Amino acid sequence: MGDSLQVELVAADRLVWSGESTMVIARTTEGDVGILPGHAPLLSLLIEGVVDIQTSEGETWVAAVDAGFLSVAGNRVSVLAEHAEMSHEIDLEKARHDLERAQAAGENDDEAAEAVRRAEARIRAVEKAS
Amino acid sequence: MAVSLREYRARIKSTESMKKITRAMELIAASRIIKAQQRAQAAAPYARELTRAVSAVATFSNVDHALTTEPENPQRAAVLIVTSDRGLAGAYSSNVLKEAERLIEKLKDEGKQVDVYITGRKGEAYFKFRRRPVAQTWTGFSDQPTYDVAADIGATLIAAFLGDDETPAEEGAPQGVDEVHVVYTRFRSMLSQEPTAIRLLPLEVVEGEEAPEDEDLLPLYEFEPSPSDVLDSLLPRYVQSRIFFALLQAAASELAARQKAMKSATDNADELIKKYKRIANQARQAGITQEISEIVGGVNALADAQAGSE
Repeated sequence: MGDSLQVELVAADRLVWSGESTMVIARTTEGDVGILPGHAPLLSLLIEGVVDIQTSEGETWVAAVDAGFLSVAGNRVSVLAEHAEMSHEIDLEKARHDLERAQAAGENDDEAAEAVRRAEARIRAVEKAS
Repeated sequence: MAVSLREYRARIKSTESMKKITRAMELIAASRIIKAQQRAQAAAPYARELTRAVSAVATFSNVDHALTTEPENPQRAAVLIVTSDRGLAGAYSSNVLKEAERLIEKLKDEGKQVDVYITGRKGEAYFKFRRRPVAQTWTGFSDQPTYDVAADIGATLIAAFLGDDETPAEEGAPQGVDEVHVVYTRFRSMLSQEPTAIRLLPLEVVEGEEAPEDEDLLPLYEFEPSPSDVLDSLLPRYVQSRIFFALLQAAASELAARQKAMKSATDNADELIKKYKRIANQARQAGITQEISEIVGGVNALADAQAGSE
């Protein structure tokens, strides 16, 4: 087993990030998981949240993803989500604005609740990265 | 004579301005094709990973999911027709519609009722003009589809597929369909686009076009929370990604067809301008000749009159 992970962070319409990493942390339906090199093959569902990717050079990349899934096989990690954004691509003002608007739309509404979670994830991603 | 010369000049002018428009549309289509192809390429990793994951689950758990189950006695079929929003793309939309008609005919021969779903204004207009019922339409994105649109279409079709078919056929009530087909135009190259019909549901999980090359065997995955939950969430996404793929292909095809149509329109305009210029020149020359002969005739007449008076 090698000592690094090949990570691909893929959104439905583009490849968001790919590269080598020493650890990936993601939030699944069962809770946060950390993936280290040599992890057993895993297919898991993700919820809206933040994905941390730590590179071999000690950098940390943070991305906000909405519901998707994570697959790990033989040191290859793929994070798939319908929408994914790296923290430096996120417009914090816009995310805050989206959050307010979604909260105003009411909490009973499924769609609004989803929008709230998505906006929160994006804000968290930016805050974590800075 | 002078009148018809002016007419020809006006025709040349209007043909020239038409040529400018078709030429501009040709160039716009050409630049958008590149973008459309890039989008199709950018979407490929997602589709590839998704296909891998789906085949992994399909291999290691007993796939027994509503979306993959073949109904024993299919009665209703849904057909999604992907057309363009705007015309001026040659035979693009009519080719797709012809293919769709063929499929609908075939399904009807098999004794199935057919529900039609449409994307694109051209298809909508086609069915509206013929007063044929359409289950649902989506318009306004045909040359640059987004994933959200594909997700929406996918959700609708899946809901129709999973719908309860025990309900009596009420007005407007969504009835369950047993099959879902998609008719779209496959982008083979800039020169050739091909209307294609595929069956989307029930799903047949196929490996990607090329076999996975790095590992021959799929690894033994652990599933969290459980294989069936993972499958539940994967399969709809897989369907949506297939629809997204069809939309992207159709967008690239539409642009390529438009570029081709506009190129031949521009060439045609060139030809017309050349023809009109020739006729106009002829008319101009005829006018000059006539004027000269009139002047000469006039001078002669004057000279004759002067000679007579002396």
